Amino acid sequence: MLRLLEIEYNKLRYSRSARILIITYFILITFIALIASIEFNIGTIEFRVADQGIFNFPYIWHFNSYIAAILKLFLAIVIVSMMSNEYSNRTIKQNLIDGLSKKEFILSKFLTVLVFSGISTIFLFIVSLILGYSFSDFTEFSIVFSDLEYLLAYFIKLTGFFAFCMFLGILVKRSAFALGFLIVWFIFEGILYAVLNFKVFKGTDIATNIMQFFPLESMSNLVVEPFSRLNAVQTAATQIGGELTKDYGIHWYQLLIVIVWTIIFIYSSLVLLRKRDL
Amino acid sequence: METILSLNNLTKRFGKVTAVDNLSFSIEKGNVYGILGPNGSGKSTTLGMVLNVVNKTSGDFKWFNGKLSTHEALKKVGAIIEHPNFYPYMTAEQNLALVCKIKGTNRDKIHEKLEIVGLLDRKDSKFKTFSLGMKQRLAIASALLNDPEILILDEPTNGLDPQGIHQIREIIRKIAAGGTTILLASHLLDEVEKVCSHVVIIRKGVKLYSGPVDEIINSHGFFELKASDMQRLEELLKDHPKIGKITDKEGLLTAFLDDPMDAEEINRYLFEKGLSLSYLIKRRESLEEQFLQLTNQTSSN
Repeated sequence: MLRLLEIEYNKLRYSRSARILIITYFILITFIALIASIEFNIGTIEFRVADQGIFNFPYIWHFNSYIAAILKLFLAIVIVSMMSNEYSNRTIKQNLIDGLSKKEFILSKFLTVLVFSGISTIFLFIVSLILGYSFSDFTEFSIVFSDLEYLLAYFIKLTGFFAFCMFLGILVKRSAFALGFLIVWFIFEGILYAVLNFKVFKGTDIATNIMQFFPLESMSNLVVEPFSRLNAVQTAATQIGGELTKDYGIHWYQLLIVIVWTIIFIYSSLVLLRKRDL
Repeated sequence: METILSLNNLTKRFGKVTAVDNLSFSIEKGNVYGILGPNGSGKSTTLGMVLNVVNKTSGDFKWFNGKLSTHEALKKVGAIIEHPNFYPYMTAEQNLALVCKIKGTNRDKIHEKLEIVGLLDRKDSKFKTFSLGMKQRLAIASALLNDPEILILDEPTNGLDPQGIHQIREIIRKIAAGGTTILLASHLLDEVEKVCSHVVIIRKGVKLYSGPVDEIINSHGFFELKASDMQRLEELLKDHPKIGKITDKEGLLTAFLDDPMDAEEINRYLFEKGLSLSYLIKRRESLEEQFLQLTNQTSSN
């Protein structure tokens, strides 16, 4: 297993574009701290984002894993191109001739995906911990380390998303088209949701219940948006008269759906590679 | 003798097209084999199947008598298919180091192998800056990294300039002299003739011949003759029981033999009939002539 990771590490570390994207990705995660310094004035009210409690434990776990997940697109580019470049450089052929089995090939890529997700999660944990200790109103141990399931959800979400990218890279064989396909799929899920929700199953929960099984939707369901959970927003909502009753929690079946998708994507990649003549 | 690779009724179909049709042959240790066939005859597909990149439709192949799984066996094989495939953004040495990782061999052979193919001074240049000849040589170096039991080369001189072709052939000859088993696919006859001891000829995926190079067709050779009275010469030759077809080519008669006969015998026969020759030579067909004869024979059938 270590050998497979070393092979993949060797392929990535000399690629300048991959190196730049990976470094950019991690730098951007640390830039979440910059949100703290956002200030704006509405009339006479001075508004500081940091004062709104976004860096309070345990809310920060939710907030940061949501924001950091947006940045996953940078790594997605790296993963799609690390798959499709093997086709365009025909190096996958040479790898197999040199004695790598097709299973080992897919495994080496999937291990890389796991490492990327793992490092991202650990990195996010450290960044959030530092930010939290600097800005949070509560720093009691029991509060700091509660709600850590958001990090688990973040890890599963990244792994699932990257596995999807991996599969697309193998399926389409061209990085630009694979990324295009990803966007098209995203739009497709959006349209399907709109059609189901506002036309077919109007006024019921059925659309949401169906859509939660789709890959991108299931991944985005893992960590729902944290903004409406903020005190300021909650207060505003009550003043208008509405009440926001949203489920912010993470459920085991949501994790399971994404894990199942991950397995489907990895296995399909292997099947695709086995069936194809190179 | 130790069998390195054996094919048993290996078949590959692409849709309706049968690219390789029930091909069987085996590769013994220590010989230099050529797979010969026109373009599109299924050479690369055959190699692709035994190298785990093309899926077989039916049939079977075995590496090292089936002692190892294909991908484990390939670690003991060095192979280049069509054009060299490496990571363009990595240097020659980095690319070879990666191959070492995959094959699970030691990295200390890298310099030695680069030396063999004459690329040691370019080891830190990126692969994408290489010329085709250099890429091809790097591919050979990479195939040699594990001191393979067998070296498989598919059209190694394709697209190279005369100098590049010469360099590659020198390298192959050197490797063959070292006792490495080689399997060389080519459509260039003189290439196979110069390097190989055994040959497998395929056409449209069907095997026409496999065996030593000098026994390709059941031929006893032919005479080329000339005399002052060509008509009388032709008549006399026709009467001889051991001579089959006779053709006239630019003032020379070519007489093909149905049975073995040496030049002395024909000379004596003609002299006894009162004809003296001004020119007599006994020859065997070159590989090219044999190959064309073989492929034409089957196409007319």
